[in-house]
Amino acid sequence: MIDSALPVPDRNRPPALSRALAAPQPTATVGEIHCADPRLLCRNVNVHYGLAHAIRNVSLDIGRNEVLAMIGPSGCGKSTFLRCLNRMNDTIDHCRVTGEILLDGQDIYAGDIDVVPLRAQVGMVFQKPNPFPKSVYENVAYGPRIHGLARSKRDLDEIVERSLLRAALWDEVKDRLHEPGTGLSGGQQQRLCIARAISVSPEVILMDEPCSALDPIATARVEELIDELRESYTIVIVTHSMQQAARVSQRTAYFHLGDLIEVGTTDDIFTRPSHQLTEDYITGRFG
Amino acid sequence: MNRRQPPASTAGQPPRTIDRINAGLARRYARERRFRRLGRLAVFTGIGFVSILFIDIFLKGHTAFRQTVIRLDIAYDPAVIDPAGSGDPAQLLRADYFGLVKQALRERFPEATDRRVLRELYRLVSQGAALTLRDQVARDPAIIGTRQSVWLLAGDDIDMLIKGHIDRFTPASSRRVSDRTLAWVDSLAAAGSIDRRFNLNFFLAGDSRQPEMAGIAGALKGSFYTLALTLLLSFPIGVGAALYLEEFAPRNRWTDLIEVNINNLAAVPSIIFGLLGLAVFINFFGVPRSTPLVGALVLTLMTLPTIIIASRSALRSVPPSIRDGALGVGASPLQTQLHHVLPLALPGMLTGTIIGMAQALGETAPLLMIGMIAFIADPPSGITDPATVLPVQIYLWADSPERAFVERTSAAIMVLLGFLVAMNLLAVMLRRKFERRW
Repeated sequence: MIDSALPVPDRNRPPALSRALAAPQPTATVGEIHCADPRLLCRNVNVHYGLAHAIRNVSLDIGRNEVLAMIGPSGCGKSTFLRCLNRMNDTIDHCRVTGEILLDGQDIYAGDIDVVPLRAQVGMVFQKPNPFPKSVYENVAYGPRIHGLARSKRDLDEIVERSLLRAALWDEVKDRLHEPGTGLSGGQQQRLCIARAISVSPEVILMDEPCSALDPIATARVEELIDELRESYTIVIVTHSMQQAARVSQRTAYFHLGDLIEVGTTDDIFTRPSHQLTEDYITGRFG
Repeated sequence: MNRRQPPASTAGQPPRTIDRINAGLARRYARERRFRRLGRLAVFTGIGFVSILFIDIFLKGHTAFRQTVIRLDIAYDPAVIDPAGSGDPAQLLRADYFGLVKQALRERFPEATDRRVLRELYRLVSQGAALTLRDQVARDPAIIGTRQSVWLLAGDDIDMLIKGHIDRFTPASSRRVSDRTLAWVDSLAAAGSIDRRFNLNFFLAGDSRQPEMAGIAGALKGSFYTLALTLLLSFPIGVGAALYLEEFAPRNRWTDLIEVNINNLAAVPSIIFGLLGLAVFINFFGVPRSTPLVGALVLTLMTLPTIIIASRSALRSVPPSIRDGALGVGASPLQTQLHHVLPLALPGMLTGTIIGMAQALGETAPLLMIGMIAFIADPPSGITDPATVLPVQIYLWADSPERAFVERTSAAIMVLLGFLVAMNLLAVMLRRKFERRW
């Protein structure tokens, strides 16, 4: 028998979250935001969506050949911050970015910066695998072709092969390069997107939860790949999985409601967090 | 409150939830059955009316595809065709060929001598017969001086009589065909000199005052030129406008205003577009009236809103992840649109365009305003020749008093409907073919 008059239980809101929601001022970042050999330098970055203040005064360095993981509860602004790094936020109306983001010493929000070459330098892999509805070959060849990176057909073939090899996909697709990329499995599609991103030889690769739509086996392959790619690229990865952050990254940044709460080496963050919010999050008290 | 009572055994206690659900169940199902029955009724009524319409059009129109012909022994008299014996082609074109027909009729029915009777006799054969003879002579001048048995187009009353549209058993006073004519026709039929042939002329000839000679070639050609030009103008403009408004234009008060107005334009009565065309294109810009050119300009204005709305919704249905992917490897916004978004949106855009074209094909009112209603016998040979279009031709014929135009009206409607169905099928097929999953 169903009793419709059951009282609705009060939702137990974690005390830490209530405290943060009430915070009117940006919280100061704990930990070392600088690093020895920075490729990307972010200083006092603020992002507004209309009236909403999505990123509050974030300063952070991202080093050469390192994997930086960004973790935090949903809606904390880590994806927004990631999209600032190659100006993908430009496509969103009412989005305003202030502060400085320097790529190799060059302010990417300066007036004379062209976003087209910038995005060739700072590639991106998205949450959901989004291969173009074209052949595997065309997916990878598209970037080099529009940027004029290949002098001849053979050049282009070589770039495609090299990119697919680096994305650890070549062996699986070399016999069906001209079949649609959308026909691959989810994990293969995501590696195809990684191949597409590295086909234009970027310096930085941004990954927005690249494994959230993949099964554990495909995830493991992508993680292995990230580790290999670290040798030549700077990688920034947003993830919801703390295990993944621990496995693939050297440094970790914890975001909370638009604030960068804590940055440090991945070891430190996961074993000796300094901030109470970080500790609450990684020990699973909320998030 | 009028609640159903719970079963007696539980009286005094609150009714069990499942009992309350069961109590209302029968009523809920009955309501569902009623709705289904109404739906089925509506569908069958709709199909019924459409069938009645189609069957009526077919029954009235199918006879127009066959035409009555009469066989006559024609003497190609050189005294009539080429009295000077010059063999000059201009003279051969000018000769009185209907005179030959009259002569042949007089020979066939020598009893007719009175002028009034003779005039009736000559009406057995269509004026168009002269053209047949002229073409024969032009093709082969050696025929002059010989005697040939030729099948010639019957007059429209005879055609109607043979097809049964004129009832020979109505009293002579209220019948369009006299007893005398009936006797002649019977005599011709008995001699095997009356036949019905496939009416190729209907598809090859232009409009005519003589129903038996009238065809839809002029209207078909006019419709073709008008529609082709409309497509050429409205598709690129419509797709370009949709692309700009959806993907490039800033979102502000002005673009909102434009969007609202495009939606409103789609609902503006079409005759208003005709008035606009008359005032702007013909009177201000001096575009020649009655031509496919001005027709296409007006129809372009009319179909643009349809195409823009369909194209915008097709663009909106392309997943944003595709745009992100392209922008992410450094494609410029235009490259993103042209290489990735447009190909995916194209099936939807094509469907919208074909539906817009089908609308334009059936449009009459705006074309009346720009003079495409004029009687034009010669099929147009270009976009600046005066022309008419199929629906206007139908209107013109429906307005004509001759009985023989009734079947032609229906036949032209059949042709128009055929094109409309074909275009809509094409839209469905294109959508199926280019639809891609991602």
